[in-house]
Amino acid sequence: MKPLTPLTSLLLAAAAAAVLIGLTFAIEPFRSYQLATACAYLCAVAGLTLLTGAGGQLSLGQAALMAAGAYSYALSANALAEAGVEGLLLLLAPLGAAVLGAALLGVIIGCAAGRLHGPYLAGFTLALVVAIPAVTSTFSNILGGDQGLWITVEKRPAALRGTVSNEQWQAWLAILCAVAVMVVLNNLLRGRFGRQLRAVRDNDAAASLSGVNAARTKIISFTVSAAAAGLGGGLLAYVTQSASPGAYSLVLSLYLLMAAVIGGIGSLTGAVWGALIMVFLPYAVNSFTAALPVSADVASRLDGNLAIAVFGTILVLVILIAPRGIQGLLSAGGRRIRTRFSPGAGPAGPAATAVVPVPVPGSESSPPTPSAAAGVAGSAPQSGTSAENPPSETLSTTKGQR
Amino acid sequence: MDRFLFLTVDGLARGAVLAAFALSLVIIWRAARIVNFAQGAMAVATTYIAFTVTSATGNYWLGLASAVVAGLVLGALVERTVMRFVGNTNPLNSVIAGLGLLLVIQAILGMVFGNGYKAMATPFSTTPISIGGVSAISPYDLFIFTCVGLIVVGLALLFTKTSLGLRLRASAFAPDLARLLGVRSSRMLTLGWALSSAVGALAALLIIPTELGLNPHAVDTVFVYAFTVAVVGGLDSAGGAVAGGLAVGVVLSWVSGYLGSTLAPIAVLVLLLVVLLLRPAGLFSMTKERTA
Repeated sequence: MKPLTPLTSLLLAAAAAAVLIGLTFAIEPFRSYQLATACAYLCAVAGLTLLTGAGGQLSLGQAALMAAGAYSYALSANALAEAGVEGLLLLLAPLGAAVLGAALLGVIIGCAAGRLHGPYLAGFTLALVVAIPAVTSTFSNILGGDQGLWITVEKRPAALRGTVSNEQWQAWLAILCAVAVMVVLNNLLRGRFGRQLRAVRDNDAAASLSGVNAARTKIISFTVSAAAAGLGGGLLAYVTQSASPGAYSLVLSLYLLMAAVIGGIGSLTGAVWGALIMVFLPYAVNSFTAALPVSADVASRLDGNLAIAVFGTILVLVILIAPRGIQGLLSAGGRRIRTRFSPGAGPAGPAATAVVPVPVPGSESSPPTPSAAAGVAGSAPQSGTSAENPPSETLSTTKGQR
Repeated sequence: MDRFLFLTVDGLARGAVLAAFALSLVIIWRAARIVNFAQGAMAVATTYIAFTVTSATGNYWLGLASAVVAGLVLGALVERTVMRFVGNTNPLNSVIAGLGLLLVIQAILGMVFGNGYKAMATPFSTTPISIGGVSAISPYDLFIFTCVGLIVVGLALLFTKTSLGLRLRASAFAPDLARLLGVRSSRMLTLGWALSSAVGALAALLIIPTELGLNPHAVDTVFVYAFTVAVVGGLDSAGGAVAGGLAVGVVLSWVSGYLGSTLAPIAVLVLLLVVLLLRPAGLFSMTKERTA
């Protein structure tokens, strides 16, 4: 999807938040809990979409940044609770700490990782995730070692007790945070920074010539992505009331990347699909295996593993068949329907062009002109990616005219 | 001094295995410009095959042979069924496909064999023998050095002295030209994957018994270490992989021995960071810049 204008995105976000919050009244508490986790993951996946989709930097370390957020949340919440702080401050200050803590780590990683490409960056961030248990057990007196930390959290306000369940309240908080993250990232991607990011991704030499500071752009994208992941980690810590190294393993990192890729790494809307799949697919697979008439031994082997196998298979298939993910398929389908029902309208214009999902080095997308790269945010109508017509669009157009 | 010697030799043995594992990454990188993130999982899968064969027959060497054969087959299979069809327009696609394979393989292993640890026997004793009052090297360490030495010499001979090696190199460096001259580049690519996977299989078989034991995730950390080795040595350089492997092995052993084993992954992270920042091309690589 083309990034929305700030006003539309705000309105849309408010509507989405209202609908989701309304939804929590209609569903069981457990579903609200799932919704809250999906929102927490959405923050991290959306950050990854910005970093990898728009920035072309493949990171496997998103779980480490979520962990940084979760531990920042845990440490600050426990410290505040010990100091006798209560109420809104105990709710919001740790979330702020989670964002700051992860962003700080993001700056440090960004400074190092900004110089790396493709598999090198992937390998470096992989090492980061593998080192989490080592870090938590090295500083076990602060971080609680393998057991992790229990967190004192601020419960729902007294006025709401009785009418609103705890899970519902958690979901509200997570929904508001996720929506805020989506609005901020959408506006960043739509504006000048988004153009600079894509310019650096497509051709960093050309971008530098146009006056874009490539290194700074990469570091900022890492920091923003880390801050989003940190908020996600903080939310997860709030919802589960704990932070432990086991919750932020390599598998979680791969799940986050998978969610971004399967949903469609080119667009923030794809991140929504990804986050939903991430929560509900393992749940569906596990309920399926629980219903199977198999022995306890077989069941314990299937438990978890089958979901991972399904995830991995889908990931490989998506890469082979539909590299633009669910959102890519949806927007291609949408274009096809539109051209079919309005034969006089001609080919779908640039407005319908989705952001190309993954960077294609050396593709014909023209390097940005200096004026476009240095343009004022919001003033350039070509801020979509009209130059990056995906081949599928030409295909659907010719089909429509036939 | 005893302790220093012991840690150094132990580190060299561990490093030799890392070097072999890194070599398997280097082979694919040189053939296809892909870092195979599924390498670790593929190697664990072949180790499970070795474990099954050894348990069934009671013969370690049959297990070893079956692991190497399974490695050859698995590597060719992965190339023919998945990697061949991953678009090469974007280096991220092959990384992501590799990660997908990693998850699938690990999950299947977990479903078939369970997630628990299985103890694996070694063909030789792992207790150090004492020479002149100083105990440093164990028979199993010697076995590791011999195996890795054979791999390195064998690969070097294959690539530099045989016509097959020439064809492999030609199709890696100039696939189009090689095809024009009658080399079946696509077959060479499959063969490269098979070779790499067999080397990885042998490396995993050597290192898993000295670690916690056999488990679907047994090689996750080793993969990260091997990747570090390949980066330290330069992904293009086989010699660099060997030297880098020994160096990283020794550093790891010293850090674990003197500072505590929990610090080893952090030490690797720091080492990786320092090398990537100071000399991004790797210590032994000739190429001026590493691009994906």
